[in-house]
Amino acid sequence: MAPQRHIGDVMLSLEHISLAFGGVKALTDIGFDVRDGEIRAIIGPNGAGKSSMLNIINGVYQPTEGRIVFEGREYRRMDPHRAASMGIARTFQNIALFKGMSVLDNIMTGRNLKMRSGLLAQALYVGPNRREELVHREKVEHIIDFLQIESVRKTPVGRLPYGVQKRVELARALAAEPRLLLLDEPMAGMNLEEKQDMCRFILDVNDEFGTTIVLIEHDMGVVMDISDRVVVLDYGRKIGDGPPDEVRSNQAVVDAYLGVAH
Amino acid sequence: MFYREAGQFKTSYATDQQIFPIRQDRIAMAVLLAVAFVAVPLAASPYWLTAILIPFLTFSLAAIGLNILTGYAGQLSLGSAAFMAVGAVAAYNFEARVPGMPLLGSFVLGGLTAAGVGVLFGLPSLRIKGFYLAVATLAAQFFIPWLLVKVSWFSNDSTSGAISTQPLEIAGWLADTPTEKYLLVLTIVAVMALVAKNLIRSATGRAWMAVRDMDVAAEVIGIRIVRTKLTAFAVSSFYCGVAGALYAFANLGSVQPEDFNLDLSFRILFMIIVGGVGSMAGSFLGAAFITLLPIALDLLLTDGAAAIGLALPPGVASMAQLVVFGALIIFFLIVEPHGLARLWQIGKEKARLWPFPY
Repeated sequence: MAPQRHIGDVMLSLEHISLAFGGVKALTDIGFDVRDGEIRAIIGPNGAGKSSMLNIINGVYQPTEGRIVFEGREYRRMDPHRAASMGIARTFQNIALFKGMSVLDNIMTGRNLKMRSGLLAQALYVGPNRREELVHREKVEHIIDFLQIESVRKTPVGRLPYGVQKRVELARALAAEPRLLLLDEPMAGMNLEEKQDMCRFILDVNDEFGTTIVLIEHDMGVVMDISDRVVVLDYGRKIGDGPPDEVRSNQAVVDAYLGVAH
Repeated sequence: MFYREAGQFKTSYATDQQIFPIRQDRIAMAVLLAVAFVAVPLAASPYWLTAILIPFLTFSLAAIGLNILTGYAGQLSLGSAAFMAVGAVAAYNFEARVPGMPLLGSFVLGGLTAAGVGVLFGLPSLRIKGFYLAVATLAAQFFIPWLLVKVSWFSNDSTSGAISTQPLEIAGWLADTPTEKYLLVLTIVAVMALVAKNLIRSATGRAWMAVRDMDVAAEVIGIRIVRTKLTAFAVSSFYCGVAGALYAFANLGSVQPEDFNLDLSFRILFMIIVGGVGSMAGSFLGAAFITLLPIALDLLLTDGAAAIGLALPPGVASMAQLVVFGALIIFFLIVEPHGLARLWQIGKEKARLWPFPY
């Protein structure tokens, strides 16, 4: 039996976030929160600002206004390194794996931040560095096992089919043992079976490791099934926020997706 | 048939993380090292040692250096010869000016000086990429040899600008015959190649490759881009610097900054392109190809022409050599853009299955 899911207090909250590229306003005054242990979905039509939102959470973009509160501490802006060391990991909409490296090395890279040996120890590959590599290798093997990609561990990722690459990218994010996992369209371009697999992995990650997940997804069936709460963005504004059922019946959301008669 | 890993089971991650996880590869490597350390010094003529093997090893080291930067960390550089010059001149000066300086100490300090200069010229890489970066490193290639010639302090105020290097003496052992020089160079190159491989399979190497393949994703994982790029420049320049010191001390016997020109930088770049970008074996294969091919072509053209009773006018042979050399490089790039190392790998994959097609 899976342990009882526990949704705790607010872990991350975004307050009055605005983002502009020159004169183009990508996000306007957006605020929502993410609770510890929940699966939070961000949905919205193309260009609504969903990916920008994730980029702000882990510091790739700097918001022009607003603040980010992560685990009680307030930040005007994040930077990617700090976000990573605080336990925020993510995957990308267009697969951003290290194409020239093997699956194993890709996932090992996800643990780089946890490695402590200095350059000299690495150069000699003895003692602490060797032990460290082995300890991390074992952790990585657990993740490989968890995501069922054992058979391709030594394959360069460039040679793998799309669906498997998506899985490897999830593995790399998990390797950092994140507390908050940001998934940017983890199921884009997948067939039904691959989607089902990916859904199961996401639920398992949430269940077994208690990882909080924020995901962007276009497949409404998936979103409604697996997420606890949903944020809806449209043209850089928040038009809905709440449990899936509530969002589904929200008139503004329906209008944004289906259009309105003028 | 003979190259097959069937029956070799790995029961620990340690055995799986070896540099050569397949037993046949380990045996081959041991044989290769034995040949290089024992058979070659016994069998090779002084001509072979001084004209072919010592330059080959020296350039292999420089190629490893450039491969770390370009092949693994993805930063294009045309300044390798300049960093070699820094290493050579610095090693000379440490040896000349610090009393009682051991030779290997001078080499290491020469390498470290080159590393410092490399980091300095690597700073543009934080803002620019690709071809633009290559042009920025070209600045190093023009500026450094000019500075080393212009400021006579670097050449110990010698009037001719050419300075003879100190004898290769390590703890009372004087390496002055070709065989001894060869063994010295071989030892340094073997140790440094192992160190480079260790770096590449550790966190540093993974960070380099991550930055090369997808820098945004690397940053999001928590890799510090600035530090990673500058480490790559430092380590790469260290290797080039030591290679430069070896080139001056063990090959030429003198330090002349003019020897480290753009032409040499290009040769090293060709070595890694022909050998294999992002491959340790490729550095050696490329260095062998670029060093041996002109000599082989030279022999082939002069002897070949003589054999069919054709007396080539002087100059034609060397011109023809350049033409064939260029054509061969283009041919190789078309047939196998990933270099000789990739061909070698394909060969091994075929050998695993032979005599069956799959």
